[in-house]
Amino acid sequence: MADVHLPPTLPPLFPDLPRQLDVDAASVQGAIAQLDARWPGLRDRLCEPTGDGSGGVVLRPHVRAFVDGERAEVATPLTAGSRLDVIAAISGG
Amino acid sequence: MARVLVMVGTRKGAFLFESDEARRHWELRGPFCEGWPVYHVIHDPDTDPATPAIYAAAASDWHGAAVWRSPDLGETWEHSSEGLTYGEDAPLRLSKVSGLSAGHGRLLAGAEAAGVFESRDGGVSWRLLSTLDDQPGRDDWNISGNQPPGHLGMPGLLLDPDDPDRFWVVVQGFGAFETADGGSSWAPRNRGLRADWPREHEEVGFCVHKLVMSPADRDRLYQQNHCGMHRSDDAGMTWTEITEGLPSDFGFAAAAHPHDRDGFYVVPLDGGHGRVVPDGRMAVWRTRDAGASWEQLTHGLPESAYVGVLREGMAIDPLETPGVYVGTSTGQLFASADEGDSWQEIASYLPGITSVEVAVLD
Repeated sequence: MADVHLPPTLPPLFPDLPRQLDVDAASVQGAIAQLDARWPGLRDRLCEPTGDGSGGVVLRPHVRAFVDGERAEVATPLTAGSRLDVIAAISGG
Repeated sequence: MARVLVMVGTRKGAFLFESDEARRHWELRGPFCEGWPVYHVIHDPDTDPATPAIYAAAASDWHGAAVWRSPDLGETWEHSSEGLTYGEDAPLRLSKVSGLSAGHGRLLAGAEAAGVFESRDGGVSWRLLSTLDDQPGRDDWNISGNQPPGHLGMPGLLLDPDDPDRFWVVVQGFGAFETADGGSSWAPRNRGLRADWPREHEEVGFCVHKLVMSPADRDRLYQQNHCGMHRSDDAGMTWTEITEGLPSDFGFAAAAHPHDRDGFYVVPLDGGHGRVVPDGRMAVWRTRDAGASWEQLTHGLPESAYVGVLREGMAIDPLETPGVYVGTSTGQLFASADEGDSWQEIASYLPGITSVEVAVLD
């Protein structure tokens, strides 16, 4: 199980979504997919299409992910006991 | 007694103002939509006339674009972007939903990059109708280097009240286009418009800011263009400029009188990059003769007010003596209960206003 921490801007968008939860997934993308299955539409709040024809997704420009404190992308692997922090960047005004 | 609901989109969420038919005292609620930048708030006239569904087109800098919906006049909200995408393999990226329109049992959404989507389940899910791929100049529409700051893509949607398959869209910087078959095929509707720059295509390359239809005569359209005010008497097939008598040929917002086919309102702005009211004199301008002459409406509006009004920033209600509502990009909301003859400021410190719409509730 990965220990997933979500940004405070996300729970108001999805009923009963907590800030922290445990997810059994092999990658950041896998964790987001599992959350999306429980809270439909959540993936689209964190990811967008790559737009390069690959059919893949990337994190949105102002969303960051860290696995055990290291900058991560959607393909970054998770292991049992990993901590995944998803951060909405402190940008804007 | 009827209630009047003014729906306001701002840079920091949506707000609702409610009043009785006198339209003197307003109750403010909001902000809604989690403070996301909201580009357009509308109601669906086909839903319960006492509690119509409300929709807000929004795009968070962090969490992307979605359409919010409220079934209970703002008490609760949900959002969805299901289907609001050009696809994971497509070259187009959807950055925001800029315009909404409701009617004939469906919602239409105009997006940036330019495309039109529809929802037939009350905004729960969407599907792409068209990116107008066969239209002249289409290859240039979504080139980022060609686009101004704050590009809206397809900010304007105008429905035919009688024919569900017919509607018009505005592609920012390129013009207005009409479909008569629900979005399968399109035709430019820009003949007679002025453009003060070179164009590659005879009928495309015009900067339509706001397109409105007279509720009293559905062949009568008005538009505020980057280059002047224009009127059409043949449902957009041809246009005639009616700028003479106004202090500027530039502006964004426009509204048509609900009962008088010759009545039309604009808020002229300086045409440079300032884009505020000329000489700092907040004024709405009205014609009662289809643009042959214009009158400046200022009673109750401020002086030394260097404010702008965006393309969705003005609305008019359908009461017997219509009320007019104007929101500024610096957060003032002005209302007139007498067709624009006099005004009151009903909100002074909202976030920058992007859209104003109004509904009369049973």
